[in-house]
Amino acid sequence: MSTAAVELVGLSKSFGDVTAVDGVDLTIRDGEFFSMLGPSGSGKTTVLRMIAGFEQPTSGSVHLAGQDVTGRPPFARDVNTVFQDYALFPHMDVLANVEYGLRVKKVPRPERRERAMAALDSVQLGDLAARRPTQLSGGQRQRVALARALVNRPRVLLLDEPLGALDLKLRRAMQLELKQIQREVGITFVFVTHDQEEALTMSDRIAVFRDGRIEQVATPADLYESPTSPFVAGFVGTSNLLDGGAAQTVVGRPGMFSIRPEKIHLGDDVRDGDATAPGVVQDVVYLGSVNHYLVELDAGPTLTVLRQNLRGTTDEAMALRGQRVTVGWAPEHVIELGPHQQLEKEES
Amino acid sequence: MAQQHPPPGGGAALRSGVLHRHPRLRLGLLLGPPMLWLGVLYLGSLAALFITSLWSVDAFGGNIERIWNLDNYRDLFTLDVYRTITVRTLLIAASVTVIDAVLAFPVALYMAKVASPRLQRILVIAVLTPLWASYLVKAYAWRGMFASGGPLDSVGISPGYGLAATVLTLSYLWLPYMILPMYAGLERLPGSLIEASADLGAGTATTMRRVVLPVLFPAAVAGSIFTFSLTLGDYIAVKIVGGANQMLGNVVYDSFLTGNNLPFAAAVATIPVAAMLVYLAAVRRTGALDSL
Repeated sequence: MSTAAVELVGLSKSFGDVTAVDGVDLTIRDGEFFSMLGPSGSGKTTVLRMIAGFEQPTSGSVHLAGQDVTGRPPFARDVNTVFQDYALFPHMDVLANVEYGLRVKKVPRPERRERAMAALDSVQLGDLAARRPTQLSGGQRQRVALARALVNRPRVLLLDEPLGALDLKLRRAMQLELKQIQREVGITFVFVTHDQEEALTMSDRIAVFRDGRIEQVATPADLYESPTSPFVAGFVGTSNLLDGGAAQTVVGRPGMFSIRPEKIHLGDDVRDGDATAPGVVQDVVYLGSVNHYLVELDAGPTLTVLRQNLRGTTDEAMALRGQRVTVGWAPEHVIELGPHQQLEKEES
Repeated sequence: MAQQHPPPGGGAALRSGVLHRHPRLRLGLLLGPPMLWLGVLYLGSLAALFITSLWSVDAFGGNIERIWNLDNYRDLFTLDVYRTITVRTLLIAASVTVIDAVLAFPVALYMAKVASPRLQRILVIAVLTPLWASYLVKAYAWRGMFASGGPLDSVGISPGYGLAATVLTLSYLWLPYMILPMYAGLERLPGSLIEASADLGAGTATTMRRVVLPVLFPAAVAGSIFTFSLTLGDYIAVKIVGGANQMLGNVVYDSFLTGNNLPFAAAVATIPVAAMLVYLAAVRRTGALDSL
């Protein structure tokens, strides 16, 4: 069992009367790709900034590789950051930007040049070394920022929504590339994002943040298949919530439950052994490869059902609008979200 | 077509249509008056200055003789007193610029990066307010400060009237012109650059030297253009706090008013103009003007 790369103990941060982070305990393992996921204002970036040393916690402590670094300034911590706005130095060319960390640590010139060029090559920017940051595209700047951080071989790399400014296609490509780079260098990545798909794609484990606290820490599959709260169920993927009387009628016992849209069978697709419920199709949303059917159950709630467009025509699918249907699902796909009283808190 | 069917708006619409179809005419009307002002009045007066400097004065009648000659410039370059005054003026201008830059940097840094938005506004007003006060009032206030028996003298640190007093007074007078461009420059510097430098292992001093100062350089150059040129042309402060010392401005003033020698005054006045042109050319070579 290796030591934890990052350990946060009772970490809190207040700005005036606003509590941004409220008692976070978290252990990030050595070499893992760890994501902090949450809506804006949930405290994930503040936690990252406290790990980097840009913010001092109001209470609690930050440990890196077993050492308490809470009071240390950023330049005395073995972490590097990829900033959301990249923060490349405008008065230096790309190579000087990448060399900067080695230069201030007094690494001899030949070695730092060699390491910087290797880092640039690893992000496929070797031939742009003499350019200024303003002459690069957003995706290229992002890679320079990554090379500038990685060239220092930090213990932990912190990434603050680094893909936020890129367009969707480039983003997808960079997600895969980041994951690949992480596997190659073996450095612990702590990745902040508000995009649940991004977090699911890249992470070994994910912490879901809400109002300065951690709701759940789990692997992507566990997070998706076994969310422990309605918030996580709703934030990670689309969830169909069943509670109160509807839960009693549809699931057969009180509580709060969720069923993922792709796990629900519609009409002819209902299988033997499925739990079923009758309802009316309110709307059909055409999304190309799949359709979303909004089915209002007789028991009350409206479920989103996802069906791949494998057979039949679009017209046939659209014709289901307003029709009475039966929906069904395998009982093991019903996710129990814990005790009923959590809903009251949710609504207040 | 346009003549057969005039637009419904009548004359005004027709005129704006003409302007719309003739971008050059539009540009000419827009820029004509200011260009005329700049070209005729500003460059014209500079040209007149230069031409006058090539004439001379009738020794008896004191009238200007329009005979081309370089006598004024020969006097300027051969007589020691003028060389001394030129060097002194340039040194004062350089000292004022350096002192202002050193004083303005921490003030601007605090205003732009540390102070709360409210305090920031208050400080900007505080920096601007002295510009509303009369030059003479401020200069005489400093005369009082340097006077024997004055506040500085009573604590034993008054340099007395002289060049040091002149440099201090001018540094005070032109300080806002250095603080404001530096403040603007630092405000544009993203905080994340400073964080990135620290994150990459640089201590505070290294971050200042390698990130903040280089990014700030164009702003400091912009400020130095003000402090340098304003000092070069000044002749009042040195009269009030400078004791018997003279700067180029005093020579111009005295040649014209006391000596009644307008051509020689014009020749002296070309020195600061030339110095400023050299300075601007040097600044241009550093590339600082590109990022203004």
